[in-house]
Amino acid sequence: MEKFDVIVIGGGVVGTAVLRSLAAYQAKVLLLEKASDVATGASRANSGIVHAGYDAETGTKKAFFNVKGAAMFPALTKELHVPYKQVGSLVAARETGLPALRVLYDRGVANGVKVEIIDRKRILALEPNVSDQIAYALYAPEAGVVSPYKLTIAQADHAVINGAEIRLEEKVTSLEKREDVFYLSTDKGTYAASYVINAAGAGAAEVNALIGEDAPVQTHAVGDYYILDSKEAGVVNTVVFPLPDEKGKGILVAPTADGNVILGPTSRKIPHEAAEDNEVTRDGLALVREGVGRLIPSVNLRNVIRVYAGTRTAVGNDFIIEESKKYKNYFMLLGICSPGLTSAPAIGEYVAGQAAAALGLVKKQQTIPLPDRFHLTKASEEEIKQKVASDPTFGRIVCRCEKVTEGEILAAIRSPLPARTVDAVKRRVRAGMGRCQGGFCRPRVMEILSREFGIPLSAVRLGDKGSEIAPYEVKDGYEKI
Amino acid sequence: MKKFDVVIIGGGPAGMAAALGAREEGATVALLERDDRLGGILNQCIHNGFGLHYFGEELTGPEYAKRFRDKVLSDQNIHVFLEAMVLSLTEQKVVRAISPTEGLIEIQAGSVVLAMGCRERSAGAIALAGTRPAGIYTAGMAQRLCNVEGYLVGKEVVILGSGDIGLIMARRMTSEGAKVKLVAEIMPFSSGLKRNIVQCLNDYDIPLRYSTTVTRVTGKERLTGVYVAPVDEKMQPVLEQEEYIPCDTLLLSVGLIPENDLLTGTSVEMSRVTSGAVVDEYRQTSAEGIFSAGNVLHVHDLVDNVSEEAYIAGRSAAKYVKGELPFSVTVSVTPASGVRYALPQKVHTGEGKVKLYFRVDKVYRGRTVVVTSAGEVIKRKKTLVMAPGEMQNIEIDKSLIKGDVCIYTEE
Amino acid sequence: MNTTCIMCPMGCALTVEEKGGVVTVVGNGCPRGEKYGKAEFSHPERVVTTLLKGLYGGVVSVKTDGPIPKDKIADLLAWAASYRLDHAVKTGDVIAESPVSCGANVVATSDFKGK
Repeated sequence: MEKFDVIVIGGGVVGTAVLRSLAAYQAKVLLLEKASDVATGASRANSGIVHAGYDAETGTKKAFFNVKGAAMFPALTKELHVPYKQVGSLVAARETGLPALRVLYDRGVANGVKVEIIDRKRILALEPNVSDQIAYALYAPEAGVVSPYKLTIAQADHAVINGAEIRLEEKVTSLEKREDVFYLSTDKGTYAASYVINAAGAGAAEVNALIGEDAPVQTHAVGDYYILDSKEAGVVNTVVFPLPDEKGKGILVAPTADGNVILGPTSRKIPHEAAEDNEVTRDGLALVREGVGRLIPSVNLRNVIRVYAGTRTAVGNDFIIEESKKYKNYFMLLGICSPGLTSAPAIGEYVAGQAAAALGLVKKQQTIPLPDRFHLTKASEEEIKQKVASDPTFGRIVCRCEKVTEGEILAAIRSPLPARTVDAVKRRVRAGMGRCQGGFCRPRVMEILSREFGIPLSAVRLGDKGSEIAPYEVKDGYEKI
Repeated sequence: MKKFDVVIIGGGPAGMAAALGAREEGATVALLERDDRLGGILNQCIHNGFGLHYFGEELTGPEYAKRFRDKVLSDQNIHVFLEAMVLSLTEQKVVRAISPTEGLIEIQAGSVVLAMGCRERSAGAIALAGTRPAGIYTAGMAQRLCNVEGYLVGKEVVILGSGDIGLIMARRMTSEGAKVKLVAEIMPFSSGLKRNIVQCLNDYDIPLRYSTTVTRVTGKERLTGVYVAPVDEKMQPVLEQEEYIPCDTLLLSVGLIPENDLLTGTSVEMSRVTSGAVVDEYRQTSAEGIFSAGNVLHVHDLVDNVSEEAYIAGRSAAKYVKGELPFSVTVSVTPASGVRYALPQKVHTGEGKVKLYFRVDKVYRGRTVVVTSAGEVIKRKKTLVMAPGEMQNIEIDKSLIKGDVCIYTEE
Repeated sequence: MNTTCIMCPMGCALTVEEKGGVVTVVGNGCPRGEKYGKAEFSHPERVVTTLLKGLYGGVVSVKTDGPIPKDKIADLLAWAASYRLDHAVKTGDVIAESPVSCGANVVATSDFKGK
């Protein structure tokens, strides 16, 4: 049985943040993820906002980790080469919304966030397309946008090159503590660990139940989003929110870190069984359109390239970030909903510190930096010439909409945490994320995956098991018509 | 920097015909193709029905492509760049491309022919509701996986949209061992050719439902089914009549969009109706020396028309370089009653004839097509039937053009 | 028999019947429709295009080099499903002469490397 110092369960943005921080210590650490890649749950489909920190009630864990996390983003994203833009955010309100903005303003000040209330003239300077109903806004210049899945993947890659291990498609099926050791089994193997961190997101209650810890009362919600073509970029410059209501922060309009425009989300309660279904509804999309119309009415929905739904799991009103009282060295991260993405790096650092203290782990003298990758769209003329001369695959464009080369796709497949599926490639290098949504490049990406892994094309998957894209050879099992 | 008289972007049917047209006028030609062989989407269209007008015989897509490819490849003065993706195009006609063998390629062109073709509308573009499993494809993607790679995307199929690719794929999937349960068309008519409805659907007892759409899809890893519902006169689904059809595959044949991304940021005037450039009868755009032809200009239903149009563009592009392109006053060609668009949108005054291509906005029986210039009728043509899916044309005498041209239909 | 005329975009709905050895077409808008209706009634024919699998992998596109009787299509497709091509072919090469006695040859419409 393999023995680890620390095992992290769950490869979302929180789990990989913890793993990355743990990899800075001299320790044997492992992350177990049930899906075929990291960032496949809530970390994949969310708004991608780095919140400034005025939303959460002062004194809560949400407020603490949000503010701390947000401050880490500029340096962290630079170090991990993750798309991030500090575009600022506006909570846009009508004339009558001023008192509500003041509440947010006071909370922002109390939480230590840079905020100010601005009038229409200043709003227009930031957002020329804002609805003429908008009179005031709370402006938080330090809010930003980030690619949530690229951050998750980069954290994972960085952890792996510093010695951490990640095993995908291993769902934890049992977890028990005997003496001072935790024993975990998955459908593929059994492991022992001195310290276990439950970062299983929507599945965190099940993991708690495995060991016998109280299962928290989780509530799940799903929200619909639109993604617009990059040619619509410029219709919005900052993250524009409406006034928050009891359901949450409301339907926003924002640029994405990768240059698209995002609209959404709605908020619809769903049962636990549906917590990973990600189902888009027509009604939800209609609500998004209405909400967007109240903020930036000139958004052109003819430029939609994708609609999707993201789920999120909450436990009460605050994050639960604490060690189990029943089982020492079993640490729980429950209900990390918004602002979970913003908080993740700070949570990672904190939890890794807790584990290190409990086990007496020593920090490594230095860690290996994550190397940057070549991206055709970001390279200079000279860099492109050199790159293609040394490796022609960097001159072969596979995804024409996003200008992604075969070399970049191969690099994603050969990364520290290898991309094994079409979606995993897409999340890493954007092949298939453009306006044709993989219409041309998907068969090419499939061929490359088939070649690299030595599997038939019919075995190439979109994502998890059972998602084979072209599962049959022609004429197989043919029955006469 | 390399120099060529005519640079053609795209090596499908339009690009190849344009290259041959330009050669006829003696130009040196660079043909840039992003795939590793010439022929474009024809290479995956293994069905027959191509070439009746152009070659007077019925060919399959690969055969039609081969006829042009063989001619192009045997001409020493056509420099073919394969796996060469064009990254940018300036109005000074500098073309930048990249290929694995040559790296960055920079060409100063005397003139440019755009022949990049079109792409399919995706599930995202139609805001398809439901989950996001494997099993949802554009018809063209499924066609490539089947006809080129030899893999079938699924066994129980629903097709949304009755465009020609959708109809063709209904028959192809059936021939390869799949069961096509339904073709749903949101319009009350098909934009596909009659012949395809008869020979691809009726021959194989595949049902086609008009005024019907897919409202949502189900399934986590793999598609498990789709809901379909009839639509009302405002094209909104009547959800009370939703019906569930279990299936593992949904093919989308919901429209084609000219791929003009290269023109973003240039001053080339675009048509909102065709999503292609506005051109004159030489297929020259509003940017001098930049020509456009084939599906990047407007979506065609017959490749024969693409070849004809691109041939004109290629010849004209070569003439432009030689300074031989006739220059005269242009008048605009605008559609009216019953005509959705007409092309070219501008015509030069002078001698000779010009063929106006147009599409009607719905099915018309027994109508007369009328062309006027400066308010005077210059041509009338009676028609039996016209459908939006079938491009029409009418030839007019340029000498009769005295002012702006209008084309419309009347009872 | 009911069918749709494909001779022009009009798409006339044809009803074709036989009484006492005489075939009549109803619903056609022009003489071409009558001819088409009679042909579809008495000897409907189609050119068939499909794929053949290579014995060692890959596929090659093929067609019948002329129209075959419609009632032979199912037999021909079943033949194509079981056939495996074991050698290289070029566009235009005859792969099989009148398989399932369909009356036309199956010819390659693209090149195939064999392996």
